Amino acid sequence: MLTYLSIIVTAIFVNNIVFAQFLGICPFLGVSKKLSSATGMGAAVTFVMLLATLVAWLLQIYVLDPLGLAYLQTIVFILVIAALVQMLEIILKKIAPALYQALGVFLPLITTNCAVLGVAILVIQKGFNLGESLTYAIATAVGFTLALVIFAGIREKLTLVAVPGPMKGVPVALLCAGLLALAFMGFSGISIG
Amino acid sequence: MKKLASTLPNMIISLGVITIVASALLAWANGVTAEPIAAAEKQTRVDAIKDVLPAFDNDPLAKAQDVNVIVGGNPFIVYPAFEGDKFVGAAVEGYTLNGFSGEVKVMYGFDADGVVRGYQVLSHAETPGLGAKMNEWFRMEEGNRSVIDKDPATVNMTVAKDGGDIDAITAATISSRAFLSALCDCYKAFVTYKNDRNNE
Amino acid sequence: MNKLRIIYNGLVVENPTFVLLLGMCPTLGTTGSAMNGMSMGLATMGVLICSNIVISAIKSLVPDKVRIPAFIVVIATFVTLLQMMMQAYLPELNASLGLFIPLIVVNCIVLGRAEAFASRHSVIDSAFDGVGIGLGFTVALTLLGAVREILGTGCVFGAQVYPETYGSLVFVLAPGAFIALGFLVALFNYIRNRS
Repeated sequence: MLTYLSIIVTAIFVNNIVFAQFLGICPFLGVSKKLSSATGMGAAVTFVMLLATLVAWLLQIYVLDPLGLAYLQTIVFILVIAALVQMLEIILKKIAPALYQALGVFLPLITTNCAVLGVAILVIQKGFNLGESLTYAIATAVGFTLALVIFAGIREKLTLVAVPGPMKGVPVALLCAGLLALAFMGFSGISIG
Repeated sequence: MKKLASTLPNMIISLGVITIVASALLAWANGVTAEPIAAAEKQTRVDAIKDVLPAFDNDPLAKAQDVNVIVGGNPFIVYPAFEGDKFVGAAVEGYTLNGFSGEVKVMYGFDADGVVRGYQVLSHAETPGLGAKMNEWFRMEEGNRSVIDKDPATVNMTVAKDGGDIDAITAATISSRAFLSALCDCYKAFVTYKNDRNNE
Repeated sequence: MNKLRIIYNGLVVENPTFVLLLGMCPTLGTTGSAMNGMSMGLATMGVLICSNIVISAIKSLVPDKVRIPAFIVVIATFVTLLQMMMQAYLPELNASLGLFIPLIVVNCIVLGRAEAFASRHSVIDSAFDGVGIGLGFTVALTLLGAVREILGTGCVFGAQVYPETYGSLVFVLAPGAFIALGFLVALFNYIRNRS
């Protein structure tokens, strides 16, 4: 039980995927102008990350490793993620149109979200079992959503502030991200179990 | 050249061909690089062993031995070194999970009497500029930083804050504790190995 | 198109880091030192040139509807090749860049150039585009790495410029990456607006 708790706390706070591991920065900067789209993106990433990690883990352990094809890891994982996102789009459209309305626009962006591929590779590198891998995937996605939502809240206020010309837009947003990362550093060194 | 139309057979054939060519290329490259990759991994280990031990002339990797000192953990690997028939010491590859950001892996070298002759940090995730200094700090002459040429049997290998004889890295006590606890565990592994050897 | 123009375009007009703001993850994650930043830039440039050439060469053989998966397979192949080479011949560099090597696959710059340039231009032009954009990325990463290294540790490429004790460690750590990049983008904007 402690291992799981430790994985969750580490992935959300201590080793936050955005602020400590620098993964998923593109959507972090791109989809954080409005709070509502930030939550949508967070939910979509959580969904895909969980599914992708599950499928990638099973493929690695039961197909690639036994056949000695571990060197195809990158190519197989990225195709799995791309196919998964496509399928998810089609299925959601048919089965849950309401959910598709909410998440649809974000789905195509997720294929090139390096956080998804990053987590799929990381759980293999860390040698997690299936339960730990899925816990890690969900916790990481929660950490990503948390970072995205906090940042979107800040950026909504930021549009109201007078900023020197060349600093407008992305530069000042990056500075805010830096300050947030500084805050998250306060969690470092925390360990459970 | 005219662009291929998006008919189903065309799509399947073109994707299929690309995938097959890609896999074939990778399989070939894998075959070519497998040996250098294994050699590179072995070389890092051999270099670390050479670095931490006095002169020896055997292949320590051939006689490597696993010693379990932590219950429920991975074994510590002992690499014994000989010059001719004389046992000159052993390198011990150990680890701790108590670093500031998780695992710290270190190779320590002990001479035949158990005195620390050198160390190499193999991998860590400690904070750059703070805990990451461990590969230099514990061989510095200043104060009581160095662990080199000290015998863990007589010197208390813990940080001064815990009543020990070694100065911790400034602002990185946790990393220092982790480094020194790995050293103590490796020493235990070394002693276990040596006793087994003497009993044979 | 003039070859030099293509390179200038990639280096300045469409600089992937400072203007297009693409490939942010390796930009922030591997620039703890100038050396790491430059290595990451060169690794990405290698993949970019190769994938641009191949994709441009096979563009008419790939039906439109499956072009994205086809491009991804080509890119992933080159990334895996690069990964194998680095493990075999540059193990230390591979260890310090870590996860960011396989993640070149999802670097938006590489797929973006395949889609926006290589699938529409000749092989030679695409190769030059790869060089230009790759150089732009490498220069940006080296610059960011050098700025962080000098502010954080007082070194550039490992050579001490001023004593380490006066450095501000935060620039080597995560927050410094965001802050340094923010100021560099602002500086780039300022220079561009004046000229």
